Formats: sequence, structure tokens, C-alpha cells
Amino acid sequence: MKSQESIAITIKGVQKHFGQVHALRGIDLEIRRGEFFGLLGPNGAGKSTLINTIAGLTRADVGQISVMGYDVAKQYRMARRCIGIVPQELVYDSFFNVREMLRLQAGYFGCGHENHNWIEELLDVLMLHDKADTNVKALSGGMKRRVLVAMALVHKPDVVVLDEPTAGVDVELRQSLWEFIKRLHNEGHTIVLTTHYLEEAESLCDRIAILGEGKIIALDSKQGLLDRGVNHVQLVTLTTEDPIQDIPAQLSKNIKQHNGSELVLQLNQKTDNIIDLLDAVRNTGAIIKTIKTSEADLEDVFMEITNNGRLT
Amino acid sequence: MNIRGFYTLFCKELLRFYKVAVQTILAPVITALLYLLVFSHVLKEHIEVYPDVSYTAFLIPGLIMMAVIQNSFANSSSSLIQSKYTGNILFILLPPLSYLEFYLAFMAAAVVRGVAVGTGVLLTSLFFVDLPLHSMLYLLLFGIMSSATLGSMGIIAGIWADKFDHLAGFQNFVIMPLSFLSGVFYSIHSLPDIWQTASHFNPFFYMIDGFRYSFFGQSDVDPLFSLSVVSLFLLILASTAMWILKSGYKLRN
Ligand SMILES: Nc1ncnc2c1ncn2[C@@H]1O[C@H](COP(=O)(O)OP(=O)(O)O)[C@@H](O)[C@H]1O
Ligand SMILES: [Mg+2]
Repeated sequence: MKSQESIAITIKGVQKHFGQVHALRGIDLEIRRGEFFGLLGPNGAGKSTLINTIAGLTRADVGQISVMGYDVAKQYRMARRCIGIVPQELVYDSFFNVREMLRLQAGYFGCGHENHNWIEELLDVLMLHDKADTNVKALSGGMKRRVLVAMALVHKPDVVVLDEPTAGVDVELRQSLWEFIKRLHNEGHTIVLTTHYLEEAESLCDRIAILGEGKIIALDSKQGLLDRGVNHVQLVTLTTEDPIQDIPAQLSKNIKQHNGSELVLQLNQKTDNIIDLLDAVRNTGAIIKTIKTSEADLEDVFMEITNNGRLT
Repeated sequence: MNIRGFYTLFCKELLRFYKVAVQTILAPVITALLYLLVFSHVLKEHIEVYPDVSYTAFLIPGLIMMAVIQNSFANSSSSLIQSKYTGNILFILLPPLSYLEFYLAFMAAAVVRGVAVGTGVLLTSLFFVDLPLHSMLYLLLFGIMSSATLGSMGIIAGIWADKFDHLAGFQNFVIMPLSFLSGVFYSIHSLPDIWQTASHFNPFFYMIDGFRYSFFGQSDVDPLFSLSVVSLFLLILASTAMWILKSGYKLRN
């Protein structure tokens, strides 16, 4: 019972198909109350599908989900009252202005006039007050996103889920959005955030799950993931005078691509030494013409995690 | 019951057409009046359907009901397809609204739109011709039940349709022909036998015939029978709409 009470979202064995696409392949996850949880993964990994299933926007084929102890299917009214969703798409209703949209949304959740002060407060903190009477259609992308954040909060949910909230938002607005979300977290809200930016999750989240092709491929505290070297992956692209024939065994775990005289190496700055790797290449007799390094994207990080068998 | 949630969704659906009332109420009223002017002028010398009822008077209940049918259907179906298309349907899928509350809100708003347009046609046509009133009860029953039926049909079509084209197709190939071929402009007794028989399979015919009875006390079939047919039709469409909403078909997938 005690442990139940400390869990905000429980996901058990959830699977979801869209026709032939197996979007979620058995997800098990517990998100604790008061946690700032990051859900990462490349496009198409299934992040939005998972969120939509939690929100009741889609139904899982198999498995169970509960929010604050309420089953999202059987006790959907309570479950939905406990959660606020900021969707990935910038949707709005062009028939209404900002304040009308917020009041309608609150009304659907059963809130009446007593809630109007809260709506004004939301308009204030999200700096939407001077746009309150403006049709949402006329607002910029960043402002639309704020309206969606406000809409997710009209019923004062315990759990707030944001699906790629920074996509299409300019830097300044992004910063203030983060400040606001941190504030919500400090006030005791459970926050779930999806993103495909690693740094974003790194700077905010306590715990991170990495989703790939509908499965959780890593789940750890931020520190745990950092210790795995997730943020130290770098790509080194070499071109040589002549095609390299035999790759030394020492390099085999670092090879990402080998294409005649072009070689892409993936290295972990913590455990691999670039000089050693270059020496290994030179020892084959190859003459290196150019070297280019680049930051790994999340997909390389996944490769790193999965290839090196550090998954548990 | 989330009464307030239902009421908010109902109000939102009302506001949605009220904000564009020129298009959603005034335009259909004018269309109906144009039909009235044209047909009554062209045909009044030739047809007397019921004894002591002028053709113009005969025409009005049918035109009202046709407007009710088309506008109730348009209200729920276009609202749903627009919400699906823009994606803002999720605003009403996220809150704790049951399928029943969802259904009732859309259906009731469709009734209000249908009744508003119908009342508009009725009041303006009173400038042109005196209409008797035989039974207020029948008038309300047929008016409200017909718009509820078409509101339900609109919910089904709005959920089913993936594109505006699908909906336009439904409107042009189902709603329009059935409403035109339902005895708006004539008594089915003036039709060849085969068309008379066919008309008896058209549910809109019973809506119009029963509605007409409430004015003149005369009709092609027994109004109680018409009322039963309309009730049955409403029951079938309402339960289908609710069943679809409950299943989550297309909306929660
Ligand atoms: N409504 C849908 N119909 C069909 N396929 C879908 C639908 N939603 C998502 N998918 C598919 O499911 C997979 C996961 O998508 P999504 O959850 O949107 O990923 P993410 O949010 O991580 O980018 C993708 O392959 C996507 O094409
Ligand atoms: Mg997504």
C-alpha cells in the first residue's frame, strides 16, 4: 500500500499496434510522485503514443495503466482529473479566444466560476494576460504552446505531461517555459516530459527513460545515465589516402561505418582515447587525410547503450 | 454524472454555431423562403393537396422540416469533422466526459440549431400565409425528435468521415435526396404506386408527414404511426451513436 501511494503513473505490459506498426512493444514503467521524469527517444520511438495511452486518447491493445492509483480505463474520470496533458501538436479552436478556451476546458473538468481566479492566475504567470481576448489563431507558435500549457493546468492536476513542449518555440520563450515547469515541479507536481533533445532532459529530469522502437532501452537516474557515458559520445570521421583493408580488432567496437577510404568511428570520451584510436588506424599503414569530429545525436547514444550491452 | 462538463460542452457547441449565425441560421432560413416563393408561385394554380389547404400553406411545414433535418445533421457532423481535422477534438477527449455526456451535448446542440432554423422559417413564412395549428404537442414532438435523430446521424457521420469530402458525399447523396423525396413539395398520393411504396421506406417522409399533421390535422398516414417510426429511427441512431462513442471508434485510436 505504501509503495502504491508513492507512485504517480504505473504502466504494465502496454502494447499498441497501428495496423502493421507495432508502436509500443510491452512497456513497463513506474513514475514516482513528485518526480521530474524524462521520456527520450528519436522520432517514431513511440513517446507520443505512450503519452496518448496514459491520457486515454488511445487505448492500449494489451496492458494496464493507472494514474495516481486510478485505472485509466475503468476509473477514467478520476484518472483524467489527476493528469494534465500538453500535446505535441499546436492545436487550438479558432472559434474562441484564449480566456474562452481556458474557461471551456475547465468546465469540461467540472470546474465552474470558483475556478476563474485560477485561470486569471495562469494567464498571469504564463504572460498571456494581454492576449486573453485574442483569438488563439492569431498567436505565435510559442504563445500557442503557452495556451496549451495553461489548458493542461486549468483543473489543477497532480501530474503534468508535456509532449515535446519546446519544439517550435524560440529560445527566450523556451527559457521562461522551463522556469515555469520547474516551478510546477517545486510546488509538488509530478512532471513527465518527452523530448528528443538530450541536453534538455539532462538539465531538468531526475530520472530518464529512453524509448526506441516501442521499447524502453534504458531507464535510470540522470546521474546513472551520465555515468554510462551517454553524454560523451562523439563521432570521428576519417578519410585516408588509400582504402583501409583490414580493420584492427582493437577498433572493431568503435566502427560505426566503413566505406573504403572513409571511416566513421564512435567513441566515448570517458573510456576511449582518440589518440589511441588514431594510432591504431595509422598502424595499419593508412595515411590519414582529414579528420572531422561531431557530437553524437540521440540515435548514436542509443547505439552506444545497446551495442555495449550495458542494458540490464 | 459530470453535469457541468456536459453543460460546458453543450454551450460550446451552441457558441460554435451562434458565432457564425449568419451562415448557420440566417442562410438556411433564406434558402427555405426562396423555395417557398418559387414553388408556391409556380405551382399554386395546379395543386390542391388537402381540401381547404392552400399549396403555399401545405408547403411550409415540409420546408421547415427539411431545414430542421439538414441543419441538425450539419451541426453535429461538421463540428466533429472540423475538430478531428484541426486536432482540437483532443480538448474534449482529455476531460472526464462519458460517452453519454458527449453524445447528449452534441445531440442537444444539434436540436437547438435545428429548432432555431425551423422557428426562423416558420416565423418568417407567417408573413406570407396564415397557418392553422392543429396540435402543439405533435409539432414539438416531431420537431424535436426529428432534429435529435438527425443530430445523432450527424455524430455518426462526423466520426466516420475521414475527410470533408466524405461528409459532403453523405450530405449530397443521402440527406439531400431523402429530404427532397419525402413529400416536401407534394403529397405522396399524387405519385405513381412504386414511388409511393418507396416513400414509405424513407424515414424523412414520416417526419414531414407527421409534422404537417400538427398544423392541418390531415396527413398521408396516421400521425401516431409516423411518430412510432420516427421514435424507432431515433432510438436506433441514438444507440448506434452512443455505441460508437463508447467503443472509441476513430476518436480514441
Ligand atoms: N495514429 C497513428 N496511426 C498510425 N500510425 C501511428 C499513429 N500514431 C503513431 N503512429 C506510428 O507509431 C510510431 C510511434 O509514433 P509516435 O508515438 O508519434 O513517436 P514519437 O512521439 O516518439 O515521435 C511511429 O511509427 C508512427 O508512425
Ligand atoms: Mg511525438
